Amino acid sequence: MARSDLIGGSIWDAYSQKVQDLMNNPQNMGEITEEEAKEKGLKLIVADFGAESCGDAVRLYWAVDESTNIIKDAKFKSFGCGTAIASSDTMAELCVGKTVDAAVKITNIDVEFAMRDNPDTPAVPPQKMHCSVMAYDVIKAAAASYKGVDAESFEDEIMVCECARVSLGTIKEVIKINDLHTVEEITNYTKAGAFCKSCIKPGGHEDREYYLVDILKDTRAEMEMGKMSALADAKIAGSESELSFDDYTMVQKLKAVEAAIDKDIRPMLVMDGGNLEILDIKDTDDGNTDIYIRYLGACSGCASSSTGTLFAIESVLKEECSPKIRVLPI
Amino acid sequence: MRVYLDNNATTIVDPKVFEIMEPFFVQSYGNPNSLHQFGSESHPALRDAMDQLYTGLNAKDADDIVVTSCATESINWVIKGVYFDHIVNGEKNHIITSEVEHPAVIAACKFLETLGVQVTYLPVNEKGVVEIQTLKDSITDKTALVSIMWANNETGMIFPIKEMAKIAHEYGALFHTDGVQAVGKIPVDVQDVDVDFMSFSAHKFHGPKGVGGLYIKDSQPLTSLLHGGEHMGGRRSGTLNVPGIVGMGKALEIAVENLDFEKNTVKRLRDKLEDEILKIDGMLVVGDRDERTPNTILVSVKGIEGEAMLWDLNKHGIAASTGSACASEDLESNPVMEAIGAEADLAHTALRLSLSRFTTEEEIDYAVLVLRKAVIRLRSISSTFSYKPDWHESKL
Repeated sequence: MARSDLIGGSIWDAYSQKVQDLMNNPQNMGEITEEEAKEKGLKLIVADFGAESCGDAVRLYWAVDESTNIIKDAKFKSFGCGTAIASSDTMAELCVGKTVDAAVKITNIDVEFAMRDNPDTPAVPPQKMHCSVMAYDVIKAAAASYKGVDAESFEDEIMVCECARVSLGTIKEVIKINDLHTVEEITNYTKAGAFCKSCIKPGGHEDREYYLVDILKDTRAEMEMGKMSALADAKIAGSESELSFDDYTMVQKLKAVEAAIDKDIRPMLVMDGGNLEILDIKDTDDGNTDIYIRYLGACSGCASSSTGTLFAIESVLKEECSPKIRVLPI
Repeated sequence: MRVYLDNNATTIVDPKVFEIMEPFFVQSYGNPNSLHQFGSESHPALRDAMDQLYTGLNAKDADDIVVTSCATESINWVIKGVYFDHIVNGEKNHIITSEVEHPAVIAACKFLETLGVQVTYLPVNEKGVVEIQTLKDSITDKTALVSIMWANNETGMIFPIKEMAKIAHEYGALFHTDGVQAVGKIPVDVQDVDVDFMSFSAHKFHGPKGVGGLYIKDSQPLTSLLHGGEHMGGRRSGTLNVPGIVGMGKALEIAVENLDFEKNTVKRLRDKLEDEILKIDGMLVVGDRDERTPNTILVSVKGIEGEAMLWDLNKHGIAASTGSACASEDLESNPVMEAIGAEADLAHTALRLSLSRFTTEEEIDYAVLVLRKAVIRLRSISSTFSYKPDWHESKL
């Protein structure tokens, strides 16, 4: 929340002049009939996308020259808000003169960009971006009809966020490379979830197959698994020392600490009639690893247990495992 | 020409109301709680205003009508106050309301749910009205409060709150009604309906924005929402909004005087508009006009999305509203639209027109012309309300 969010602006205030003009006077609105297409020797394609129950529907008409696969004429009809009508009009216009394969490459981002008054100002407010997505979807449906294939075959990546066109692959990669922990970070890095917000979690404006909250959880779990298997591989290859203590899982950390204590600490305590046991290991929020120990035998009650002996234990572990270790006797 | 047909959202301040408020800004501007004359000179007008409120709602002297900042505040006060008084101590654990209440009621109830309170949201039938049987089926002796609106803001449909209040009392529950859309449009007599609490708001009956009230039967206890000074009998703190209170009192007086006008003239104009609308193909009006407030029409315009409809109307100077998801800031579909009936497209094609006593015949005639033009233009663009040739295979 900040000053600019306090007084809700009208959605219409944020429409570009182009969007408003197209809403008032759509340029490519209409139909192409079978007769008209035949007269010009063109193939008529009609595709529908959306439905009244979703609040957005569009029908696209193409007249295609079969010898060149070029779309000679495109018309649209639309049930939807101002943005939907303006987007559909722009989309139809962008199709004309392109081959079917080129038209399939038109995305909702192209459509929105074409509706801007100047390159820096979005044509519509963020929550309206999804209206232009329909434009892209109906082109796919038209192309599929023309080629006689399934519309899905045109999508070579799974789109998680349709508004910003961010794929599942991209999101996972960004999470891994940048070690992201929250959905907000994903949005900041990729813009996924910044517009209609349907892809963030279930219960939004539209249902989605993939949600950011799930992708984040699954990807982080994959990363944890990745760490563990990397450590296991390193052990087998004998290159364990290349991995740092801080990347270990809790169990691996415990084993490493036990090993260090057994090697360099326990023998000396036992010699003096004492010992120690590890009670717990905890990773703290500020990046340290706390080891909780209990002294046994002669050590317990000895004055050194909180001074010299403690320092010795800590410095051994700091050197052999990680400088981020703290030892806390209980 | 500018025609305002969105009176359920807010209303113009009656010039007589504006006039009576004026002296209290730069002439009699003292704090009424001060001892000196600057403070006391507003007292007579304040007393008159309170008289107007009590008379206008037919409250008795033993009742409280506490002035608040708005109905949202009154609603929050009742719901949270009942929580503090009867639920926190374990005496009761249940609240009943409906799916079509104003967001203030729904949000306050949802908030209480996070604190562990059970809330039942009664469904509505296809006219958008809560049926009494549904209340009987869900009320128990652990129900602390039943909150049902007197008239719905989207549809104008009037709810059977007198019978519902009776049922609530039989089970030892309190009854609150959101009277915002009823006050000033239909006769409101709090003694007749015997409710415990009623919320209302000045800017819905030609009073100023920023002032409302809560009627409290027999001055019964209700833990305060706003603690502080001794204002409003110690029930609701905050320096009295003198001009607002004076305005609200006068606005209510005028509104009650004009209830016959509402029932006759405003209804006649509303019915005329509705009849003209029904002459157009593919228009579905929600609910029986005699069961609604006399100023409201909610119509589904087949093949045209709500925001697009408003755009065209606005272009020609006409103000209306829609419950369409696309028209709201957060894209959330209006729950009233979803709750009403099986027609899923009402959520996207709804158009709400709401008149007032200031609406003229000329304005209605103009609105009809504009509406017809807009429907023709937008349906020519529409992909869903037109003949579909049967040789193309794509599915909707």
